[in-house]
Amino acid sequence: METQSITPPPGEESARSRRQLQAGITLVDRYFIQEVIGVGGMGSVYRARDLHFPNVTKLVAVKEMLNIAPDPLTRQTIIHNFEREANILATLNHPSIPRIYDYFSEEDRSYLVEEFIHGKDLEAIISDTPGFLPEEQVLTWAIQLCDVLAFLHSHKPDPIVFRDMKPSNVMINSNGDIILIDFGIAKTFQVGQKGTMIGTEGYSPPEQYRGEASPAADIYALGATCHHALTRRDPRLEPPFSFGERPVRRINSRVSSELEAVINTALQYNPAERFAGALEMREALIAAGRKTGALSKIATTSIAPSGGIKPIWAFKCEDEIRGTPLIYQGALYVGCYDNNLYALNAADGKFQWKYPADGGIVSRPAAYENNLYFGSEDRRLHVIGARTGKIVWTYYTEGPIRSSPRIAEGHIFIGSDDHALHAVNLNTGRSVWQFASADEIRSTPFVANELVYFGCESGDFYAVDFRGAMKWHYQAKRAITSSPIVVGQSIFFASIDGTLYCLDARNGWAVWRFRLGKGSVSSPALADNFVFVGAADGFIYGVDAQTGKEAWRFRTEHQVSGSPVIYRDSLYCGSVDGNLYCLEYRSGRERWRFKTEAAITGTPAVFDDIVYIGSTDHQVYALLA
Amino acid sequence: MAEFFRKLFGNKSKSSRANQVNSVTTAPLSDHQIESIISSQSVQYEMQQLIAASGQSVGKQREHNEDSLVAITATLVGNSSGIPFGLYVVADGMGGHQFGEVASNAAIHVLTGQIMRKFHSFLFSMPTQQPDEPLQEIMESAFQEAHRVVQHEAPGSGTTLTAALVVGQQITIGHVGDSRAYAVYPAGRVEQLTRDHSLVKRLEELGHLNKEEAANFPHRNVLIRALGQGEALEADVFTVPFPRNGYLMLCSDGLWGVVPDQDILRSISDAPNLHRACQNMVTAANIAGGPDNITVILAQMIG
Repeated sequence: METQSITPPPGEESARSRRQLQAGITLVDRYFIQEVIGVGGMGSVYRARDLHFPNVTKLVAVKEMLNIAPDPLTRQTIIHNFEREANILATLNHPSIPRIYDYFSEEDRSYLVEEFIHGKDLEAIISDTPGFLPEEQVLTWAIQLCDVLAFLHSHKPDPIVFRDMKPSNVMINSNGDIILIDFGIAKTFQVGQKGTMIGTEGYSPPEQYRGEASPAADIYALGATCHHALTRRDPRLEPPFSFGERPVRRINSRVSSELEAVINTALQYNPAERFAGALEMREALIAAGRKTGALSKIATTSIAPSGGIKPIWAFKCEDEIRGTPLIYQGALYVGCYDNNLYALNAADGKFQWKYPADGGIVSRPAAYENNLYFGSEDRRLHVIGARTGKIVWTYYTEGPIRSSPRIAEGHIFIGSDDHALHAVNLNTGRSVWQFASADEIRSTPFVANELVYFGCESGDFYAVDFRGAMKWHYQAKRAITSSPIVVGQSIFFASIDGTLYCLDARNGWAVWRFRLGKGSVSSPALADNFVFVGAADGFIYGVDAQTGKEAWRFRTEHQVSGSPVIYRDSLYCGSVDGNLYCLEYRSGRERWRFKTEAAITGTPAVFDDIVYIGSTDHQVYALLA
Repeated sequence: MAEFFRKLFGNKSKSSRANQVNSVTTAPLSDHQIESIISSQSVQYEMQQLIAASGQSVGKQREHNEDSLVAITATLVGNSSGIPFGLYVVADGMGGHQFGEVASNAAIHVLTGQIMRKFHSFLFSMPTQQPDEPLQEIMESAFQEAHRVVQHEAPGSGTTLTAALVVGQQITIGHVGDSRAYAVYPAGRVEQLTRDHSLVKRLEELGHLNKEEAANFPHRNVLIRALGQGEALEADVFTVPFPRNGYLMLCSDGLWGVVPDQDILRSISDAPNLHRACQNMVTAANIAGGPDNITVILAQMIG
């Protein structure tokens, strides 16, 4: 996949391909090689199956880099550099960058294990499309590419220059979104090769040929990529730096002059005359799109799921599942209305054990040091071993427990229908203090700023310190069943009074309130600068956290009592209409939905690219995120 | 009002100059060196409090002062720990005759009155009581009322209005026009919190002007949104954390349009205190020609 302008010495190519891994080989007892999906200058890329998930087909891309340096010290340095780069890549968290799962070196090869992208690269899309790609399509991808470049260029402490932007390094996944593949990690394997050039001739700017790689070089290469996508003229087949001689519209007259102008600016010979940064180019692309109306077309192009979503596994309990699953050490734990807490193997859904309480379990268990903590309608807080399901201790309250426990600072904080918030010593199971509130506490406490935050059914919201003394209090008009979330200085929660509140977490002052169509028991989730929450009016809302203004809303077919969960660039949320929805969280656009046989009132759990959801159809489902 | 502030500031800057002389005689260190020594000893103010200062000048080329400002800082600390409270407002009026003055003056009075009324029982009653309305709604409705009054009192005129309400550690900002609120960090970063509602900014956003063209755009002072103009007013209202170890700065275009960010930073870091910093900025704008009225407010959270 690593394309370079260097030509390997004669004979070496065949030697390398001889050394390619055969299908059927297993690397480090874990990655079962299925087939070669790409060949580059430094080795091959394979599709492999991760055998740690025996009952699910979890695919990964394994990128191989041959360490051909003759001298052992250089080889060692190369491996060291590779590991350093792999560590940097592993910390990059962006929807358009594949996740790094693993890396290792064996003999003369190093391997990087990353997310397998289901999709097609842009070069293949350009050549397989008869005629030109639509302008709005290229525009959307270009905007997404600017997003990811801006993310890389603003990386701290050092900006990351991609160096090799070109259509074959841009994958379009099954959602129609771009993923940037093939980070220049292979370049660490090229030391000692005189005159090595990273970057692909035709797409790289003039200065890169002098050995300078800067963010401005990525901008040029993005311009070149867009030019190729809109004109179908492969720049590798043209004289170098000749974009100025063949403007986009001379080849494809349907492209707007606005977009052409943006591409021309990106392709300026002098780096100082290009956009000052990826964000500036992004703004220019958006401005061009607004002017031509291309952007409004994009919003309506929803990608329909292909062939419906199939669960990886499903497990049937004896009664409704209203609670939320917990994934902990490879197991899934979920409470059920049949009074049992179930432990299942998260990979295949196999039953491990169940623990009987004397009442329904509607909350989410918490885990801490191999123990599970959860409340039940039998009035008790149960603590059991996570592996064995054997009881460790229980703690009695004076009412059914519907709140989920929060573990912090050596304590368990949990609300009960006995109106009290209980602080329980994590080791001894003894009560440390109880805070008497005005009504039943069904919301799950949140701990931040050395305060415990929770709402109760009278509409009172409290901030209590670690000694159980009230720090401040806020009054909503009706019950607060929704669990609060604190981010920075703000706290967010919803109420049955039909309002999403934003309070100052330090003093309880209301900063803004957002009117929902109806009451809500859904707990808000946050990502970027958005708060997400469901409501009984059937909508899932995306609200700007700074201004309290609506960003989007998505209509489901019934009440939304569960809470949204954000994973990567998606939002997952169940509805009483029985569907689990996957939306793009920035726009609220639907990606897919999965129909269960009855209402969903719990919240999904997402772990390692798998979404788990319980339904009142008695089943727990595992789906690919 | 402006005269009052000028008097106030004249005095303050004189007295601080006297201090400077004293320090020179007792120790051969510049203000800057003393500052850095003091800050390296990191004085701890045990009581957290908000402090603020402001500066204003008619400038060198205008006869009228059409800028107005409000700086209210309340420190009420009793047996319950007090919450820092401040209200800072800058308005830059426009319109023929003297209507610009009327507009900005009316805007700050109405806005401040509306907001302070809602905080009256929190600040001055016992038991203290928080307003029912969220902070952003208080700001929003005060803007609407100010808009209504300006339309009535000074028809045809308009004014910018940028207001920062500090309650605890957060700032709720209301904003219309091209006066600005900034977060200024002493490490050398000046972050603009508000977005100008000006023609030039709009054209820049639309991609019709690049940064350089924008800097030389002939109609830099044309607003596309102003208080008192148009039927419905849409104010930007949002909440941000108070800049940690930094300053909140509000100013009119008489300052930001004339003095570069770097000089603003230097004016602040070179000054021994907030009121000197404000005066330094006003002086810098006047030295640069003082083409317009100059108004600046600086606030800092200490402790």
